[in-house]
Amino acid sequence: MEIPLTWYLTLSAVLFSIGVMGVLFRSNLIVILMSIELMLNAVNLTLIAFGQFMGDLAGQILVFFVISVAAAEAAVGLAIVIAIFRNKLTVDVNDIKLFRH
Amino acid sequence: MLTETFFIAVSLLAVIAALGMLVSRSPVRSALWLILVMLCVAGLYMTLSAEFIAVVQVLVYAGAIMVLFLFVIMLLNLGALPNLERVDFKKGVGFVLGTVILAQLVYVTATASEPLATAAFDPAETGSALKIAEELFTRYALPFEIIGILLLVATVGAVMLAKRTFE
Repeated sequence: MEIPLTWYLTLSAVLFSIGVMGVLFRSNLIVILMSIELMLNAVNLTLIAFGQFMGDLAGQILVFFVISVAAAEAAVGLAIVIAIFRNKLTVDVNDIKLFRH
Repeated sequence: MLTETFFIAVSLLAVIAALGMLVSRSPVRSALWLILVMLCVAGLYMTLSAEFIAVVQVLVYAGAIMVLFLFVIMLLNLGALPNLERVDFKKGVGFVLGTVILAQLVYVTATASEPLATAAFDPAETGSALKIAEELFTRYALPFEIIGILLLVATVGAVMLAKRTFE
């Protein structure tokens, strides 16, 4: 049990950055939602690592709540994707120009 | 030593799977790569002796949420996307921004390593379901109830959004 805390933080930073790049790179709405889930996972890893290294249970409680909110977010986000697809017949963010003149 | 080897193997697998999610063209493949990332993160929770959260991660994330994603992908009948990977200005900006964020986070982690390195790992079976339930139903009872209401509202909202036709 001698894994330093910085290893977890570095891995979490790498995963978070990949999630950010996924949001910025990809033009598929569903893949963008998946990248957001990846970022939430990276944050959860940081929370649990800090909580365990500080002997505090609040980190795990917070992760429990984050997972619940992520489930709600995925449900609403995918419902929005379905609503957009029914109107525009696409999930490409470059083709969705609702607010653009 | 065994724990460190496990950590390095699982974290490498997680990074590779995340990159696979980033570059694969088909949304179904992206979803499968993301499931692998979530299973790896659950393994890392085990090395932190957070067993309950690891199980919840596998059940809720890798199970429920990703099944929902795959279900929507099947419902919309999305195939592989054509000419997705052309390099343009937007992708360049995204790459630069992602690298800058990574550099910032690693810099903060590296420079603050003095207090972080001295932090001691304190397992003390804090990850058991009993301990978490004791905290959750006493000290955090109100947030727990609010989360229940939030899930109900999200369910109703999702059904309404998916059923309704916008003009």
